[in-house]
Amino acid sequence: MAGKKRLAVWKFASCDGCQLSLLDCEDELLAVAEAVEIAYFPEASSRMAKGPYDLSLVEGSITTEHDALRIRKVRRQSKFLVTIGACATAGGIQSLRNFADVAEFVAAVYASPHYIKTLATSTPISDHVKVDFELRGCPINKTQLLELLSAFLAGRKPVISADSVCTECKQRGNICVMVQGIPCLGPVTHAGCGALCPACRRGCYGCFGPTENPNTAALAAEWQKLGAAPRDIRRAFRTFNAAAPAFRTESEAHGE
Amino acid sequence: MANRSIRVDILARVEGEGALDLHVRDGKVTRAHLNIFEPPRLFEALLRGRGFMEAPDITARICGICPVAYQMSAVHAMEDALGVRVKGPLRALRRLLYCGEWIESHALHVVMLHAPDFLGYPDAIQMARDHGEAVRRGLALKKTGNALMRLLGGREIHPVNVRVGGFYRAPSRAELACLSAELERARDFAVETARWVATFPFPALERDYEFVGLRHPDEYPFNEGRIVSNRGLDIEAREFDTEFEERHVAHSTALHSVLKRRGSYLVGPMARYSLNFDRLPASVQALARECGLGAQCRNPFKSIIVRAIETVYACEEARRLIASYEEPEAASVPIAPRAGIGHACTEAPRGILYHTYTLAEDGSILAARIVPPTSQNQISIEEDIREVASAALELSDDALRDRCEQAIRNYDPCISCSCHFLRLNRHRE
Repeated sequence: MAGKKRLAVWKFASCDGCQLSLLDCEDELLAVAEAVEIAYFPEASSRMAKGPYDLSLVEGSITTEHDALRIRKVRRQSKFLVTIGACATAGGIQSLRNFADVAEFVAAVYASPHYIKTLATSTPISDHVKVDFELRGCPINKTQLLELLSAFLAGRKPVISADSVCTECKQRGNICVMVQGIPCLGPVTHAGCGALCPACRRGCYGCFGPTENPNTAALAAEWQKLGAAPRDIRRAFRTFNAAAPAFRTESEAHGE
Repeated sequence: MANRSIRVDILARVEGEGALDLHVRDGKVTRAHLNIFEPPRLFEALLRGRGFMEAPDITARICGICPVAYQMSAVHAMEDALGVRVKGPLRALRRLLYCGEWIESHALHVVMLHAPDFLGYPDAIQMARDHGEAVRRGLALKKTGNALMRLLGGREIHPVNVRVGGFYRAPSRAELACLSAELERARDFAVETARWVATFPFPALERDYEFVGLRHPDEYPFNEGRIVSNRGLDIEAREFDTEFEERHVAHSTALHSVLKRRGSYLVGPMARYSLNFDRLPASVQALARECGLGAQCRNPFKSIIVRAIETVYACEEARRLIASYEEPEAASVPIAPRAGIGHACTEAPRGILYHTYTLAEDGSILAARIVPPTSQNQISIEEDIREVASAALELSDDALRDRCEQAIRNYDPCISCSCHFLRLNRHRE
């Protein structure tokens, strides 16, 4: 396998969906495996080769002390480190604990809470180590993943749009759901899904996290005009990217 | 050889993070522990205070491999709490969506994750060098399952189109018809896959499991049915807590679900199949027999054949559902929030998945509890490892370790379904 770039896939607190996206590239998987050496990918292979690695894909957020140390080890072994998905990029749905008392959360789930070792917060990988690129989404878009891999192999920057979901709605020919009275996070949400929810006649719920410079306050005002209560707005900004600064700040503006 | 300790620090080809700890003393297995160190994500806590409509989207994130299962158990439990029943074409669409997930998840496990064990490869990619056709067939099958989920759900992982009361948008007959030809080809691939896996070498092991699964008056179960077992259990989902209990055991610090009166039990394809063989079409029954299965299967290694047979069934059922689909008048039935408690159990690819929610008057979630299949199978997995290892002590450490890992992978354990799983510090590095 001399000469091939070495790929590693790592998992932290997550649902496994983003790394599954690689196995979901049914038509391209065998070609990817020809182009790179899949050196470490426990979900797919029991061959776990030691580092260093040329490219590490990191799924999941940091929720334990052990993982906070492990991500540093991963960084040291990786030439390029790319986060895949909302957990690794923004802390994921599990970052809802950041707004609560984690001890109370643990006690609500487990009979013997003292067995549990977990941090008070769920944090993105970039809070712990340098990240070279972030793929958004809950889950990521597998076409973007393939673009990332191709760009990496070609030594160029991946071509991934930083527009909002609104742009994708226009491209897809969706009728704007806000115009039909359905609250939608599309105007402040990073593109990448292909405007899936509006295509199903529901409002975007923000899987891809905030776009660059989102005007969340203006959107929240529009939601209010459509009849959304402060609680609805807070819930909407507090999902899979709840800890992303723009969404966190907006959620905090809408009461308890 | 008197004392041996075998450890697998990171289990490969499973969804999520787990480890194995096996101790042998004087020719006897003294400990067989499946350690789960998936960091807890505390879903049941974070669901409190959320709206009932959010449950399918939030709980889907428990598992990227079986999000539809979480969405289905969530919507049925909410509808139970709100006194709503979804029937007709919307019910058929849910069943069709579930077919997609079964096909995708089973094809992934059978071909990509489990088959390499039987043929001696570290992964499907290495296996493809010698068994290219089988791997490509498996990938094609998986792709068809994903295509179904994409059409009905918008995307294959964490579909966006499922809602309490039905769907956000119902597909047209024409859209569904496009998949019929692909499903017919997928069915052929699934049959070939079943015949292929039936030729694998299977270690001899028959265990006397208590099989637990859903049972429906006339269907092979997906969304509906009573929870039954081969030892007389026969209850509604709402009675789950009277018969089952989750224990927080000291040795593994992971919740183990047990039958209060009898202890360990088995959920998943083998249980479902063994309880519902008579609900399979005659053609699928005949194929199962051709592949060496009886009306029940008790050899956990043969679960790979059962998964392949269920994949054939899911392809056939999907085609039937598409052929008989009538477009619904509305994509969902009206829903109004009210206070209540709802329960539901559906058949995830890995076995029954129980959800229960308590709702406030405004539809906010006051309490949530979720019992995923892998936490129900944990004790069975450990019992299997004990038996498998006891019968294979003459093997070298490496071979014994491989055999035990294979025994764990028999379950397609979905460790990411982590709402109940804890990290075990003392077993990490």
